[in-house]
Amino acid sequence: MLAKITSAKNTQRAAMAFVWASGAITILFLLTIIIYIFIKGVPGLGWDFLTTPPAGGINAGGGISTIIVSTIYLIALTMGILVVPGIGAGIYLAEYAPDNRLTRFIRYGIDTLAGIPSIVFGMFGLALLVTALNFNFSILSGALTLVCLLLPTMIRTTEEAIKAVPRGHREGSLALGATKWQTIRHVVLPTAFPGVITGIILCIGRALGETACLYLTIGNYTGMPTSLMDPGRPLSLHIYYLIMDSNAPQKAMATAVVLIVTIFVINAVTNWLSYRFQAKMKGKPS
Amino acid sequence: MNTKMQIKKLDFYYGKLHALKNINIDVMENRITALIGPSGCGKSTFLRTLNRMNDIIPGARIDGEVVLDGRNIYDKCVDVVDLRKRVGMVFQQPNPFAKSIYENVAFGPRMLGMKRFVNMDEVVEKSLRAAALWGEVCDDLKKSALTLSGGQQQRLCIARVLAVEPEVILMDEPCSALDPIATLKIEELMQELKKSYTIVIVTHNMQQAARVSDFTGFFLMGEMLEYGDTTDMFSRPKNQKTEDYITGRFG
Amino acid sequence: MSRYFIDKASKNLVFLCAFASIIIFLTIIVFIFKEGLPAFERVGFFSFLFGTEWRPSLGQYGILPMIVGSLYVTFGALLIAVPLGIGCAVLLAEVAPFKVRTILRPAVELLVGIPSVIYGLVGLLLVVPLIREIGGTGFSIAAASIVLAAMILPTIISISEDAIRAVPRGYKEGSLAIGATHWQTIWHVLLPAARSGIAAGIILGMGRAIGETMAMIMVIGNSVQMPVSPLDSARTLTGNIAVEATYAPPDHMSALFATGVVLLFLIMFLNSIALVALKRGGRLRHAR
Repeated sequence: MLAKITSAKNTQRAAMAFVWASGAITILFLLTIIIYIFIKGVPGLGWDFLTTPPAGGINAGGGISTIIVSTIYLIALTMGILVVPGIGAGIYLAEYAPDNRLTRFIRYGIDTLAGIPSIVFGMFGLALLVTALNFNFSILSGALTLVCLLLPTMIRTTEEAIKAVPRGHREGSLALGATKWQTIRHVVLPTAFPGVITGIILCIGRALGETACLYLTIGNYTGMPTSLMDPGRPLSLHIYYLIMDSNAPQKAMATAVVLIVTIFVINAVTNWLSYRFQAKMKGKPS
Repeated sequence: MNTKMQIKKLDFYYGKLHALKNINIDVMENRITALIGPSGCGKSTFLRTLNRMNDIIPGARIDGEVVLDGRNIYDKCVDVVDLRKRVGMVFQQPNPFAKSIYENVAFGPRMLGMKRFVNMDEVVEKSLRAAALWGEVCDDLKKSALTLSGGQQQRLCIARVLAVEPEVILMDEPCSALDPIATLKIEELMQELKKSYTIVIVTHNMQQAARVSDFTGFFLMGEMLEYGDTTDMFSRPKNQKTEDYITGRFG
Repeated sequence: MSRYFIDKASKNLVFLCAFASIIIFLTIIVFIFKEGLPAFERVGFFSFLFGTEWRPSLGQYGILPMIVGSLYVTFGALLIAVPLGIGCAVLLAEVAPFKVRTILRPAVELLVGIPSVIYGLVGLLLVVPLIREIGGTGFSIAAASIVLAAMILPTIISISEDAIRAVPRGYKEGSLAIGATHWQTIWHVLLPAARSGIAAGIILGMGRAIGETMAMIMVIGNSVQMPVSPLDSARTLTGNIAVEATYAPPDHMSALFATGVVLLFLIMFLNSIALVALKRGGRLRHAR
């Protein structure tokens, strides 16, 4: 009996050690990536780096000014196209969709889209937008491809934010004689607003990190894009080219620092907004 | 005393469930009508048929008529949205919008397009006074409605309804989420309000019904077993089940 | 009255938005199949799937090496990420005190936010040289598995943690009350009860692993060969598409689309298993 108890305790000790080790290794993964990037990348940063264009060449001189502009154009165009259909579809699913086959099919389509890998979107963009529709390698092609990729995320987060608004708000509004759309526009949406914004910022964060679908659609151009039909190169792709085509690990690291810091800031903003949204839903204590 | 609403042979179904059976009553103008009965017997469902709030529930079906000032509200050509202006509702859980006190009260008139014809500040003040809330909030109408206490929020919801100038006010257990003092305030408010409005209240609190109402209806299992003058019903109930409920033998 | 018009019009507008997502979905699926079909017809479905020679210039399109590459890398990633992931999930759900959790959970979320190209970058500069010390060029299945494991770890951790937390408290309390140790409770009661959720997390991680492109092409070597040892370099299905799509003539392009079709089927297959696992888990919980 005693032997059994001690062996159980020994097993527990070993298991707990493993469990703690897993946590430590996970943190190690994170720290390795972050510290390595920062140690190698921060020395390359500087005002010059951010404001001069890349100079090309085998060792890739210059900075990332045009890259930053390219990225901003891309994200702005993507979000500009994404927001209305994404939020609209989210409103439809949360407020109007009846429980029938069409709705189930719509949800199935959205769920499937969510699972398609980025490179397949890229292929689709390449064949349809770049070639067939003659948009060529351009920021427009890249943005449209990104929109297809991000649509499920935008729709889901909007739908969830709207569903989080308590039923009482809707009933109170309808009972006063407001129409359904008035209820949505003046009561539900304003209340769900922080949640919807969280979704938008989430999509921006994901768009910044995307590479594969843009690899095949946005082209490979390091100059300053002057129109949306110009090719471009966002930060994520620039990192790839710097290390794979040229041989410039330092520049790649520095660019990586810029990208990571931007994404982390965006994540922090999303978390803060999300926290505020929860607090608002619960109301302030009276 | 005029009849404001007549309910004739009303049957109501949630899908296959026969929730209300052959209800026939007259709701008197400028009086308080209370509906009592044990939980789950259809009181709230019945209340919601009076302003067609059950329309938004899928699978809801109705037979019979609900006549308001001579017209059946379930007629094909009736404007539901306008009906809900005339027949307002206050809910069991206070549900102020996540907006300021001012915005909450102004919401109804704005949505109905009354904005062009009225001075909104006056409407808001008048409604808050009628709901006996003005004195407590007049110093800061821009404050969020969610910062008010439960009783204040409920009176705000009443003010919100009053702002659209209804004729009938439906109240679905308006005090069940409130403390006794807030409850008392609302009961006093109701006596004031009945001078200008017709009130129908659902309550699980029999003493409240006895205190407050002029007419009472007793619901059991989707049927209205007895309906009449409140004092008569509580002192000499005609139906045995009514007497059992009132004396506390069940429910 | 105009507000009724607006009411009706807006209902139609938002429906159109939802419908647009269906249009996009159908367009993509139909397009990919349509473009991939010629390759299947020309090469023959089974010779495409099981052929071992991929030489576009000679008109040979067999993707078996890539299928093996994808599966090998995914398996390797799971080998690392599943024990670590479940262990970390147990740590977060059951073992770690509050202070540790407040550090660990944000850390896991941070890992999710790191773009794949940066995983590839660190993999290329840190992991590949390390593997080179052991043997080969360093561009290998092993390197790719390690990088992929880091990428899918957060998915497995968060879904598993949720699954463990969702186990009714009664299970845990019942076990402890009869004198079982904490670990015995975790191992014999909690983990089995959470197994559907954990399985779903693993399968979702698998789906992500198979769909990963950029990090893969940076560390796996991209050579078209049947990998045998983990130190061998290889090519994934996704890498196959990425590396050749920009310069492929129509016949070749069709074969790449066909690769995409195979990829899609693989992922859809995995996702449906995950859905079934999740639903079963839900029913188990509701049964109490």
